[in-house]
Amino acid sequence: MFLNDEEKRIRDGAFGEAPRLALEEQLAVGDFFGATRFVLVSNVHLMGDYEVMGATGTAYLRKIVDSGGRVRVPSTRNAACIEYDFAERLRQSPELVTHEREVRSLLGRLGVATVDTCINYQSVYTPRVNEHVAWGDTGTVAYANSVLGARTNYESGPAAIGAALTGRTPEYGFHLGEHRRANVRCVVEAKLDDVADYGALGAIAGERARGYWNVPAFELRAGNPGPDDLKHLGASLASFGSLAMYHVLGATPEAPDWERANGGRELLDEFVVTREDIEAVYARGTPPDPYIDLVVFTAPQLSLVEMQRLAELFGTRHIHEGSTVLITTNGMMRDAAQRSGVLDPLIATGAIVLQGVCWYIMDPARMRKQFGWTRVCTNSAKLFNIIKAHGYEPVLRRTAECVETAIAGRLP
Amino acid sequence: MSRTIFRCERGLGPAIEAVALVSPYTFSPRYDLDRENGIISRAGHPCYGESIADKILICPGVQGGIAGGWAFLMMRGRGVGFAGLVFGEVNPVMVQGAVAAGIPLMAGVEPEIFDVVQSGQRIRIDPHKLTVEIAETLTS
Repeated sequence: MFLNDEEKRIRDGAFGEAPRLALEEQLAVGDFFGATRFVLVSNVHLMGDYEVMGATGTAYLRKIVDSGGRVRVPSTRNAACIEYDFAERLRQSPELVTHEREVRSLLGRLGVATVDTCINYQSVYTPRVNEHVAWGDTGTVAYANSVLGARTNYESGPAAIGAALTGRTPEYGFHLGEHRRANVRCVVEAKLDDVADYGALGAIAGERARGYWNVPAFELRAGNPGPDDLKHLGASLASFGSLAMYHVLGATPEAPDWERANGGRELLDEFVVTREDIEAVYARGTPPDPYIDLVVFTAPQLSLVEMQRLAELFGTRHIHEGSTVLITTNGMMRDAAQRSGVLDPLIATGAIVLQGVCWYIMDPARMRKQFGWTRVCTNSAKLFNIIKAHGYEPVLRRTAECVETAIAGRLP
Repeated sequence: MSRTIFRCERGLGPAIEAVALVSPYTFSPRYDLDRENGIISRAGHPCYGESIADKILICPGVQGGIAGGWAFLMMRGRGVGFAGLVFGEVNPVMVQGAVAAGIPLMAGVEPEIFDVVQSGQRIRIDPHKLTVEIAETLTS
């Protein structure tokens, strides 16, 4: 890879040991993917909490901080694993709480803003078209590339920290225009009415077009997707297919039409998604009886608009005595919900509103054992896909059906 | 006679020799592993219950997201991690994670490897020569 004068100085240790080592790791990754140079990034968003890092990851971070490492560009943290105000009520491990406090402190010393959100693009930093960033959390990457037209690869925890320390990342993958063109065409005949519908579409397309380098373009025959719909579509595509970018023709910035979205790239696949296909995704999780222990609205964290809708759907009703409802958002959205009169009515239903976390990284397997939960209903296709690994029986339903399930303690 | 050497398209890290763990599924550290103990924990996985410690994973591709970046480092620290990784298709997370953990990774392996190499065989991977070689044939 070509190194400019500043990069040579970083490599030679002029800015300290932490950026020097980070650049070495970036060079290895860049060489692997055939990058010829670095590209400057304006923002870093990283995943770093004890649930994924463990003791070794924490020691890796501590070493960077103790050597004087400091971020060179504005950097933020993804959703975390501990909600301090509810850790005891949710019977989270005290050891995990202690370790997470240290990780949070270390990130603060590094200069990372612990905003603890997986919807940074809706509340903290919104890059423009063609802006290069280094973001972790797959859903944020899909949103940045697809909806905002910004440019990023999946940057895992250590790689994102490296980008924060050097202010750059190897130029390969979705930093290059050639990889951003659609090679899968999906005509959606089904009318999509809910974030869960868009998640179900992501499940279908993600499974069919699986692979990081594939880019589907959706042609919606009906539906007018908003930011929350697209956020659920991207999160689901990433979860089911490891996809990092998509287009919606006429709706996302690099896809005014199929010809320009495709840009002459060889077509890998072309298919139609019908209403029956969408319903078949919902049918995957239909249990033998209707009883539900837990209803969760998460993955990604909820925007203010999503919480407003939940408040409207619940009204003044209360959740079923034997049910639990969890809602996750970030601190900024929670404050906005408080100020706008949305939060208190939601809490009055009996729902638990968590901030700064995403439920699936809060050790849900431990909660299952602690509370005896088995069956979870959600409007998040991403959660529907992930949570099976933690021993749950997931059910995917549209938002209004999830609310009715919470009130009745059983599926409608 | 079956082939004993398979080509890859890309690789990084040192050459090593270890026991193979062959999976027909795409790989995700979060979905597939008990990361505390280095065990395949995904229900229904053909390698369910097997230890990954000091083995070279061979699988056709990857799925899921960012967690893999920390997972290899975390498992190496606990002494339960992979010795090496051989993929068909790969995403940046696996490569970044392998670099951070200091373990060799190869990608673009010839698909015929899944017809020949079995879990339990010793194999040698050389990221510079871009080869995966069977070092010891199973006798049983």
